[in-house]
Amino acid sequence: MEFKDYYQTLGVAREATADDIKRAYRKLARKYHPDLSKMADAEARFKEVGEAYEVLKDAEKRAAYDKLGQHWRAAGARPGEDVKPPPGWDSGFEFRGAETEDLADLFESMFAHRTRRAAGGARGQGEDHHAKVQIDLEDAYRGARVTASLRMPTMDAEGRVTFTERRVEVDIPRGVREGQHLRLAGQGGPGHGGARAGDLYLEIVYRPHRLYHVERSDVTLVLPVAPWEAALGADVIVPTPAGRVQLTVPAGSTHGRRLRLKGRGIPGDPPGDLYAVLSVTWPPADTQAARKLYHQMAETMAFDPRATLEG
Amino acid sequence: MTDSDKGPLRGEVIEESVQLTLTELCHACGAQPDVIVELVDHGVIDPEGANAHDWRFAGDSLRRSRLALRLVRDLGVNVAGAGLALELMARIDHLQAVLDVLNPQRSRP
Repeated sequence: MEFKDYYQTLGVAREATADDIKRAYRKLARKYHPDLSKMADAEARFKEVGEAYEVLKDAEKRAAYDKLGQHWRAAGARPGEDVKPPPGWDSGFEFRGAETEDLADLFESMFAHRTRRAAGGARGQGEDHHAKVQIDLEDAYRGARVTASLRMPTMDAEGRVTFTERRVEVDIPRGVREGQHLRLAGQGGPGHGGARAGDLYLEIVYRPHRLYHVERSDVTLVLPVAPWEAALGADVIVPTPAGRVQLTVPAGSTHGRRLRLKGRGIPGDPPGDLYAVLSVTWPPADTQAARKLYHQMAETMAFDPRATLEG
Repeated sequence: MTDSDKGPLRGEVIEESVQLTLTELCHACGAQPDVIVELVDHGVIDPEGANAHDWRFAGDSLRRSRLALRLVRDLGVNVAGAGLALELMARIDHLQAVLDVLNPQRSRP
């Protein structure tokens, strides 16, 4: 079993008071909460912190953990190392469940008589389940059939939660937006006593796209244009998630101008819009001919880009 | 276990074609009605309908409710605090979207 230093996880001393532990946990929970943090490993960190707190906040579990920790330290174990708990170390605690390889599971099973939820008492409609499904932006334009891999929690007779892997093939309707939910009737937890099964809610998440940024039903593309296209106007070909379209860049356009392609955002009623934000891109002065042209502009154009800086 | 042999599943988009009743929202969130009523009282979610029996939850009530309840459960904040967090998160999302367009190279992976 892997030795985890719960005190280290929470950044508190071994003699920390219950208040110290609570304070440390709350601070770290805010920092790593998967809904709040953009860190890639936020969810794992949040779980670690939660696992540590689950044990240390409870006087009885903390005492059991400390007893186990003394043994581990005596054996010279470092966090992450595998160590077997000594035989009989858990005497005095009501222990149930099979051999376990995971410290969190161990505590879960030791104190199962307390953490157990009302198993068997549940009657009626099965639980609703939730999962996220990632799709490409193009899928939202066309509709798509995706296979989602779901980890479904199931509760055994002891009231312990285990996870089973399940794959479902789902039709994603055209026009679905990020954050929306697809309800699959009867695909949730099984009903009890002949009642109907719960529903499965799939939250739609778009995979990040190289070209497009999405906000609600509007899609934005940064469109590079040459200085003469912006200045003189041009018809340019623009990629959209539904295919290429022609866009007229009006003469006299400046960097950052937003051009709207009405109704070319996420399909719907009404559909979103697609915005092309102009990014004026200068050719490098890396040839004799190019340098000559820049010189010519400098001499010919009475242009002071810093005119607006003068009081 | 795979369900592929039963053919693809078809769902309905909650936010488009369906509005949830209080009972359905409670069930979907695994929450008691009084918790959902508290979310409504604090304006975290905003149903149509004059009283709880007629309430119809549309838009992203489901996402907002579940998010608020996670924050309450995990962080020990109260419903007002969770509501405030949701507003601030929405503003950050909007600002991030603006930033992504301004700095396409530096946007999130």
